[in-house]
This record gives sequence, structure tokens and C-alpha cells, in this order.
Amino acid sequence: MDFKKQKPIYLQIADTLSEQVLQGQLTPDDRMPSVRDVAASMGVNPNTVVRTFEYLQQEEIIYQRRGVGYFVASDARQHILAHQRREFLEEELPYIRQRMKTLGIDINELKLTD
Amino acid sequence: MIEIRNLDFSYKKTPVFEDINLTFPQGAIYGLLGENGVGKTTLLKIICGLQRPVKGTCTVDGLTSHDRLPAMLQRVVFLPDEVTLPDNSTPQKYVDELAPFYPTFSQGTFLHLMQELEVEPARKFREMSFGQQKKSLIAASLSLGTDYVLLDEPTNGLDIPSKAQFRSILSKIADEGKTIIISTHQVKDVENLIDPIVILSHNAVLLDASVQKITERLFFEYGGQERDDALYSELLPGGYMNVVPNTTGAESQLNIEALFNAVLRNKDRIRELFA
Repeated sequence: MDFKKQKPIYLQIADTLSEQVLQGQLTPDDRMPSVRDVAASMGVNPNTVVRTFEYLQQEEIIYQRRGVGYFVASDARQHILAHQRREFLEEELPYIRQRMKTLGIDINELKLTD
Repeated sequence: MIEIRNLDFSYKKTPVFEDINLTFPQGAIYGLLGENGVGKTTLLKIICGLQRPVKGTCTVDGLTSHDRLPAMLQRVVFLPDEVTLPDNSTPQKYVDELAPFYPTFSQGTFLHLMQELEVEPARKFREMSFGQQKKSLIAASLSLGTDYVLLDEPTNGLDIPSKAQFRSILSKIADEGKTIIISTHQVKDVENLIDPIVILSHNAVLLDASVQKITERLFFEYGGQERDDALYSELLPGGYMNVVPNTTGAESQLNIEALFNAVLRNKDRIRELFA
């Protein structure tokens, strides 16, 4: 199952931008690309990207400087990882548990490769 | 803002709209959807003054469309699905004829858009494919710089790379605060571009809502089992796709084709859910 497929577009874009931070393409205090550039490069509605930026700000991954634009937060990486951990525990892990139950895979089998 | 108030319209004895109300506030890319013959093109023609309402009013920034005042006409461009072009003309000649009527026209924008869409401004229309003609018309229409842009099936005839360029161009124009209304059946071409979405049916407006509101009220489930409570279900290679009322507040990705089918099959239920 593709977990991302169900997410609304504004969150898919948030994941893409977060990934760029994790990969080091965007580093702390870098200026974020503009709403216009993100929207045009992806061919999506600019209002969707506005929502993405509001969400990333709420998650403390980016911050806004009035009249200047959005910037990558100094601790963006930690916030992204915390968020992804939460997502893994709340959404992906229950699914993996369910799959393991269906397929009859014991937790100890996963430890064999250690 | 475009305001349609208590509007009736009919072709001779065939009613098209009965007492419809719609507003299009400035600065959005509206998707106008509906089955064949419900009046999508007619609505665009009423907005730009080409058709006169039988009753009610349609205004653009407070100016009655059908009065066709220059102040209204220079604010609106309408690109029909099919345009008959003079064989010996070229995109540049075509836009030169339109430009004097639009004080906001920009030759620079025209050349830039023609370049982005990869069409030569000096080439004769008769030497062009249908898609190239369509791209020329899109570039010409958008270069007029009007606040309101009405596009009827704009992606018809565009090749695959051009569709992505089209989305990118429209996204930029919307960011400049223009109001765009796209009437289309090709919803996949504009899936993440149109917001709000307006669905017309015979005589009435079935849905007029932003993508955010739609996904608050409806949940789009992918790769699941068939559900009895689904407003619409479709078996896809990856499992069932269900549209169900959103009871948990979970967020999902809108699928416009599924939305359209769900709305058409559950008119009353949708009205309740979006009231």
C-alpha cells in the first residue's frame, strides 16, 4: 500500500519540501522557494501551496519573516523527524502489524537479520 | 467579482438555467464541470455578454455583462473550445487585431507564452496542427492581461508535454490575482489546478465548494473494500475507491472524477452534506 496516495495534495507537497530539507537541498535559514515557483513547477493551484506553507509553519519546519518570505527553521530537521516518527507509529506501524498478523510473521522473525 | 443572481436562461423552449445563483470572487481557478448539455459553455457566454439571460442578472465587477460596455469587455476574455482561424493569418497577426481592444495587453507576455508553449508567432495557422493552433490561442488570450479568463475545454488537442506547460502557466496567472474559469470534461488534465469546483446539472448548481471544504465533508478512500455506505464506489486495479461522508475528520486526496460521479448520483445527500 502506498501511504502517500491518500494524503491531500497540500500535505504531499509538504512531504516533498520536508524531504528536500532532510536531503540537505534546503538548509536552516535558507529562504524557501516562493509559493508561485513551487505551484508553477508542480502545476498546482497556488492556494494549495499557501496551505502547505501554513502547515509547515504550524509544524515549525519553516518560519515567516514579514514581507520577506518563508525560511527554513534552524531545527527543521528535528521537527520533520519527530513528525515522521509520529506518522510511522500512528499510521504505518498499525498497518505493518495488521500485515504481519495476516501473513503470520512473528516479531522474532524480523530480528533474525540483526 | 462575477455575480450571477436569480438567472434564468433558455434556448427557445428548452430551459437551461432556472433561478441559479453563483459568485466567482476574484483570484481563483474555478473548475466548471457538468455532463454534456447542462450549459457550461452557455454560462461562460452569459458571463462575457454573448448571451442574454431571460431573467436575472450577470455582472462583472458590477457591470452588467449583456450591456457589453467597453469597461466590461476589456476585463474579460473568453476562449471557446473551437475557433475558426483565417488560413493566411498568424498568431502575431491574430493578437495584433485583438490587442487594441485590451489596454492590458502585453506583447512581451505573448512572446513569452508562445515560447513556453513552443509555437512560432509568425507561422501560418494553416501550417499548424490543431494543438498548435490551440496553444497559439491560449497564448493570445492570456497575453491580453484581462482580470477574468474564461476557458472552454482548454486542454483539448494539447499534447502531453503541453498539458504540463499549460498547468504551470495557469498557476502563475492565478498567483497574479486573476480569476480563471475552466470548463472541462478532462478533469485529469487540471486535477490539482482547479479549486473551487462548481458542478452544474440540468437547470441547477449541484456543488460549489473549495477543495478544502470538499475533503472536510467527503472522504476519498483508495485501495479498500467495497462499502455499503459509499456515495460512489469504483473498482480500480488497486482495489475499490470509495467516496464516503467524512465522519472522522481525516484528510484525503480529492479525486475529481469520483467526486463528480458521487455528486451526480446523490444530489439530495450532497446538498445536505454541503449545507
